[in-house]
Amino acid sequence: MNEDMNAPTQKIAIRNLCKAFDSNEVLRGVDLDVEKGQSLVVIGGSGTGKSVLIKSILGILHPNRGSIEIDGVDITRLSQRDRRKFTDQVGMLFQGAALFDSLTVWENVAFRLIYAEGKSRKRARERAVDCLSQVGLAPEIGNLSPAELSGGMQKRVGLARAIAADPQILFFDEPTTGLDPIMADVINDLIVERVKALGATAISITHDMASARKIADKVAMLYKGQIIWNGSPKELNNSGNPMVDQFVHGRAEGPIKMEVRRA
Amino acid sequence: MNIFAAIGGVTLALFRETGRIGIFALNGALSWLTGPFYWRAFASALLRIGFMSLPVVGLTAIFTGAALALNIYDGSARFNAETFLPQILGVSIVRELGPVLAALMLAGRSSSAMAAEIGTMRVTEQIDAMSTLAVDPFKYLITPRILAATIALPLLVLTADIIGIYGGFLVSVYALDFSGAVYIRNLDEFLTNFDVISGLIKAAVFGFLLALMGCYYGYSSAGGAQGVGSATRIAVVTSAVLILSANYLLTSFFVDF
Ligand SMILES: Nc1ncnc2c1ncn2[C@@H]1O[C@H](COP(=O)(O)OP(=O)(O)OP(=O)(O)O)[C@@H](O)[C@H]1O
Ligand SMILES: [Mg+2]
Repeated sequence: MNEDMNAPTQKIAIRNLCKAFDSNEVLRGVDLDVEKGQSLVVIGGSGTGKSVLIKSILGILHPNRGSIEIDGVDITRLSQRDRRKFTDQVGMLFQGAALFDSLTVWENVAFRLIYAEGKSRKRARERAVDCLSQVGLAPEIGNLSPAELSGGMQKRVGLARAIAADPQILFFDEPTTGLDPIMADVINDLIVERVKALGATAISITHDMASARKIADKVAMLYKGQIIWNGSPKELNNSGNPMVDQFVHGRAEGPIKMEVRRA
Repeated sequence: MNIFAAIGGVTLALFRETGRIGIFALNGALSWLTGPFYWRAFASALLRIGFMSLPVVGLTAIFTGAALALNIYDGSARFNAETFLPQILGVSIVRELGPVLAALMLAGRSSSAMAAEIGTMRVTEQIDAMSTLAVDPFKYLITPRILAATIALPLLVLTADIIGIYGGFLVSVYALDFSGAVYIRNLDEFLTNFDVISGLIKAAVFGFLLALMGCYYGYSSAGGAQGVGSATRIAVVTSAVLILSANYLLTSFFVDF
């Protein structure tokens, strides 16, 4: 692929990213590239720092070392205000949905349109209803409050909110977790369509291998704070990496040891 | 541990916290100047802090005014000065009790609510989510609340002044056999505009302080339900302490004025 890491096709380039919480070293030198219009899927065990990686790119967490370039500019060196220019092109689905519980569902979805883009509430609402229908939610759901929704519905509202303003970069933290297999596939199609039709760049985290195969142009595996493998979804089955093999096939026995104690 | 190190540690922590709150307040003020300003969030904060607090503040005022009338009557009767009851009551309420009691009620009611709301939004990542939606959480959550409290409290105190004096009036006229007309005339001739205005200035300062504490401790809370709980507690306690100490400072400034 592209050898020059500063080539303009590189939408996001991460070098030697390190992040520790006190003595807990979560990221220990992550290197990762995402091309413009590419859909990257990050896989890895629970608690390996996938969410931390995404939050660092967003500027919610501040890395200890390393660089994160978006469109060739290292955003870790920018002030909060200048960083906004880059992070404003981002849409994010949080692992826990993180819906605003003081607002209704449609106001959540339309939040950015109303408060950041100054659209009228009427037009923003139309767009919100449209986005809700894309994630399989009826317009009436828009009037409920987030607390009245099931976990999977909240996830889908979070997804609708992330895509409502057609951002250039999309982050999905476990988009299909908690959804039934059919709805999960609808969401997969939606993500693929966003990337293919609208040219967005996407990074998704998932444990759902079917989803990974469907939405990924490229898969990267995070293990012990580093990217230990990356390749196309077709290469997943014969990656030649025993850890990826174990993960993809979901075996308890293998080089990755889960720290559990049996009675 | 060495006792000096302990004292030094506490002192440093206090300065650090004061500095953080100062920066927080400055950010609140600056983001108000730079816009955008979220009118809807401001209006809803004004409604909740101001309008919805009317019943508690009104109740506090009427009972305080009534009890104060009895106490002043009883005390001043010892040197035959009962006729000054309306004047003493008026000054006590508009300069001191109106602003302080209304602010303390609001510290319990609004400062705690702000800390809990914003704290919950923080620990459930709603604040992070807001910044990914290109809206500055500071401008959406903090600035409108601080501004609303600073505006609402003087209005509430003005209402409390009227209700409190009316409480005193009721007791004086119906229990202490004052003439209603004399009560009002005495009060009207005696009370100056500055008495009332100095109370309202106090109220604005208290409103700012209690909203700042609620917002600051909510915004910087961490660690789940327990973190939100302690943010709420600290917000109420520091608001009350700040209100009482600021009251002394402002009073000593106003009496020299
Ligand atoms: N705000 C934080 N403060 C302290 N430690 C944190 C914080 N956020 C994450 N961690 C730690 O970082 C590590 C990685 O967390 P992260 O949420 O990124 O895991 P993950 O890979 O997303 O797991 P999962 O698949 O279960 O969501 C964990 O050990 C966690 O304890
Ligand atoms: Mg996670």
